[in-house]
Amino acid sequence: MSTDRKARIATVSLAGCFGCHMAILDMDERLIDLMARVEFDRSPLNDLKRFTGRCDIGIVEGGCCNEENVHTLQEFRRNCDVLVALGQCAIMGGLPAMRNAIMHSDDPLRDCLDEAYLSSPYTRNLTNTVPNDPVLPLLLDRVYPCSEVVEIDLQIPGCAPSGDIIHDTLIALLDGKFRGFERTELRFD
Amino acid sequence: MSGDSFTFTIDGVEVTATPGQTIMEAADAAGIYIPRLCDVEGLRHQGGCRVCTVKASGRSAAACTQPAAPDLVVDNETDHLNTMRRHLVEMLFQEGNHLCPVCEASGNCELQAMAYRLEMVEPFRFPGLEPCRPVDASHPDIALDTNRCISCGRCIRASADVDGKGIFGYVGRGIHRRVAVNGSDLAHTDADINDHAVSRQVCPVGCIIRKREGFSIPIGEREYDHGLIGDEGDSE
Ligand code: SF4
Ligand code: SF4
Ligand code: SF4
Ligand code: FES
Repeated sequence: MSTDRKARIATVSLAGCFGCHMAILDMDERLIDLMARVEFDRSPLNDLKRFTGRCDIGIVEGGCCNEENVHTLQEFRRNCDVLVALGQCAIMGGLPAMRNAIMHSDDPLRDCLDEAYLSSPYTRNLTNTVPNDPVLPLLLDRVYPCSEVVEIDLQIPGCAPSGDIIHDTLIALLDGKFRGFERTELRFD
Repeated sequence: MSGDSFTFTIDGVEVTATPGQTIMEAADAAGIYIPRLCDVEGLRHQGGCRVCTVKASGRSAAACTQPAAPDLVVDNETDHLNTMRRHLVEMLFQEGNHLCPVCEASGNCELQAMAYRLEMVEPFRFPGLEPCRPVDASHPDIALDTNRCISCGRCIRASADVDGKGIFGYVGRGIHRRVAVNGSDLAHTDADINDHAVSRQVCPVGCIIRKREGFSIPIGEREYDHGLIGDEGDSE
């Protein structure tokens, strides 16, 4: 990566809880040094909704649970040189992927929606229907890890990943020296 | 050590063994770690998971069942073997439903710790089977979440050989082989919280759950948060 301009980073939260974005902030004061070397393009951190140009690094939190997630992820792939899946949701579906299989059901998505909107004893839903407004993105049959939708260059594990592993990985990428993680740094929780 | 002990090498290090010892037993005695999942101290060997595969004079062998032999040349920590072991671990993840962030075994789990040791950080290359498996929470003190079972058989051997109860057993064949209990559910067996089979050291993953204990140690302070599996020294 050239040193005479700042590297451009874009981030997005798909089917995630935003915890991984909070973890980016866990870099704490190291963010100040990082900001001397990078600028953020499209990201919820600056509320930029569209890409303003090609980015060096794209960071994706969360997997794909609906159509919109897929489009967004494909846009990130098109606009970013290095695409990073940040956290277990992006890597393997994470908590949202609980709806894929653990419902003891042949139709887990239907059962999930029924439980949430109709049948749970804690549900108070006056219309007694599952929300179906056309503006709602269409849910996918299951929750997909990012790597099943587009090519992912690098996965940073954790739920959420530590500020340390995010910082060390970004710095190594910016220096063009990423050689993998320290094994003792790996966490899936 | 008996008079007819002999030597062989593991990754070039000379190791002493006695007749009848497996490669893994001799390695353990010499302080050399060979990765493993289905083998655990105190239970007979099963040779099921193959994570302990080594090259013994050029041939692949399960170190937990293969007897040591004089002048055997064993390779253990090689890229080739660790890549194969990583693929085995990855398949175990993909065969079940392993959502570590919501698993109470996270941090104490040998499967997860093996994934760390073997650097399982690339996108999965095998499809996730995402099976629908039941959770059996019928017993007042014990629950069974078979979504996380890796069919290592440790509970089966512990219950049969140590507790003399035979509560756990295999059903089905091939990829459908699963662990089941000897009763309509766990509450209808002799299972007791004091059984060796339900003790913390037997189930390597978060399948056999001791109720009301899961979060007594917080995430981040658990066994493998302090170091890689196999690097703990002689404390275990
Ligand atoms: S990986 Fe964990 S912290 Fe990150 S979005 Fe998913 S649930 Fe939240
Ligand atoms: S059993 Fe182990 S690998 Fe499986 S979800 Fe629990 S912590 Fe993760
Ligand atoms: S329940 Fe645990 S100990 Fe028993 S076979 Fe499954 S993973 Fe192994
Ligand atoms: S530990 Fe040897 S086959 Fe499982």
